[in-house]
Amino acid sequence: MLQVEGLHKSFEGFKAVDGANLNVGKGELVAVIGPNGAGKTTLFNMITGQLKPDKGKIIFKNEDITKLSTYQICNRGIGRSFQITNIFHRLTVFRNVQVSVLSRKKKSTKLFHSARRIAVEETNSILESVGLLDKTSEIAGSLSYGDQRVLEAAIALGIDPDLLILDEPTAGMSPEETQATMELIKKLAATRGLTILFCEHDMDVVFNIAESIMVMHQGLTIIQGKPEEVKNCCEVRECYLGGSD
Amino acid sequence: MFKEHFRAKSFLPVIALFIILLFLPAVIPRFYTYLLATIFVTALLAMSLNMVVGHGGLFQFHHAAFYGVGAYAMALILTKTSLPAWIAFVAAPVASALAGLLIGLFCVRLTKLYFGMLQISLGSLIWAIIFRWYSLTSGDDGIHGITLPSLISSTKGSYYFILIVLVICLIIMYLIFRSPFGETLQAIRDNPDRCEAVGINVRRHQLIAIVIATFFAGIAGVLFVVVEGSVFPDMMFWVYSLEIFMMCLLGGWFTFGGPMLGAAIMVSLRSFIGSYTEYWTLILGIILILLIFFLPEGVWGFVIQKIKKRAKGSVEGEND
Repeated sequence: MLQVEGLHKSFEGFKAVDGANLNVGKGELVAVIGPNGAGKTTLFNMITGQLKPDKGKIIFKNEDITKLSTYQICNRGIGRSFQITNIFHRLTVFRNVQVSVLSRKKKSTKLFHSARRIAVEETNSILESVGLLDKTSEIAGSLSYGDQRVLEAAIALGIDPDLLILDEPTAGMSPEETQATMELIKKLAATRGLTILFCEHDMDVVFNIAESIMVMHQGLTIIQGKPEEVKNCCEVRECYLGGSD
Repeated sequence: MFKEHFRAKSFLPVIALFIILLFLPAVIPRFYTYLLATIFVTALLAMSLNMVVGHGGLFQFHHAAFYGVGAYAMALILTKTSLPAWIAFVAAPVASALAGLLIGLFCVRLTKLYFGMLQISLGSLIWAIIFRWYSLTSGDDGIHGITLPSLISSTKGSYYFILIVLVICLIIMYLIFRSPFGETLQAIRDNPDRCEAVGINVRRHQLIAIVIATFFAGIAGVLFVVVEGSVFPDMMFWVYSLEIFMMCLLGGWFTFGGPMLGAAIMVSLRSFIGSYTEYWTLILGIILILLIFFLPEGVWGFVIQKIKKRAKGSVEGEND
């Protein structure tokens, strides 16, 4: 479904991503791992169009999306959440998700309809599936950190993506919250038939749920394969797993 | 359609106010009728600015330029052509919206302060053209003695005309505020990057907002001509744009109705304190300082917070 071929990006001489390759098949749960600064977020930002790659190609559903802008890529069916919580702080939880549902339904330029009546059921069903239904009328900025992270993912779900990209969905969460979030991701993938690409620091989590793992180091893809393959790859042990395993 | 938007209960005070305003000219002196009409015009102008500033999060620093375009278009059509008057009323807001579209096309490519700087420059360009084009606009003399249709040329006639136009505009603005477009615009204000990432064409939404807002600014410009019977370049000088900006902040720029209150306060201050001292801006300055410290959400924002606190838990209430 998504192929990334030889992606490069440098910032004023610093090579953030220097030859990244990635393959995500339909319905797969793919993880990207690598130490801090390996270029994971930069890679995601290039896939979703926030950054333009210097070199390389991104193919989504047999279409070259390398040069498209963020909103066009999103309209092709890629939704994402951000590592740093990126929600609409002044709006209610309900409206946070409604905005993205309206966007997908191409209703966001409607001028003379009441927004109160549009996409309500769908928005509520998304909020229900992530467990925020009892907080719909709260202001997003006043939610707990964990709930904001979940809302972050719910906004991405609002566009009903084929591919959902989660940038460290459990960043800053306690072990219990991490566990719960991962369960949620698994459940979503199963019930909605989503393809999910995510990056994560907690190795236990990754090797537990990912079907395919891509390892990055200093901007370069070292290997992509099944969890066992990755675990047994000596290069990976050397540069990354070495101490922790 | 209207039923969904307007819950009767919360609009009772508004309707009551409207009825009072309908009968007020019968009992108050002419000067106050004129002053109220001026407040209405300024209120509409501030409301139109707030669509882009408060709801859209765009630093439209030079909004008065479009107010001026509307007023001048109206004045020029009425004085220089023999077209029927109604054409002037229609063409003037359209001219403003076109100017808004033209300037907006350049400005939406930039963000935040850069947007503001370009906007103020291009807006000032319009002012300069009108200021310098003496043969057409009479430069800093302005255009005076514009003949209006007899129905609205008296103080009372103009008052009612302006009141009705204002109410119609407010209803349309409120519909837009609560529409999917309005809500999306407010989301863009809060977080444009996130909006891009959910598939919203942010620039296009911002441009639409600018065009709508400048259209309403043009209507305000038309109403200005109806009140004053004249136009002059000062009404579209950038200093006046700042004044409108302040009205939005003063009233509460995240609310719907706040800017009207801000406009009422500013216009009243100017005419009442201004009649005692020409340094009325000094008092305005002190009020603004106090405001920043004690009412950062603006006067109306403060009132809404109080009401919300009192009625907490009853209905899901948002800014009205």
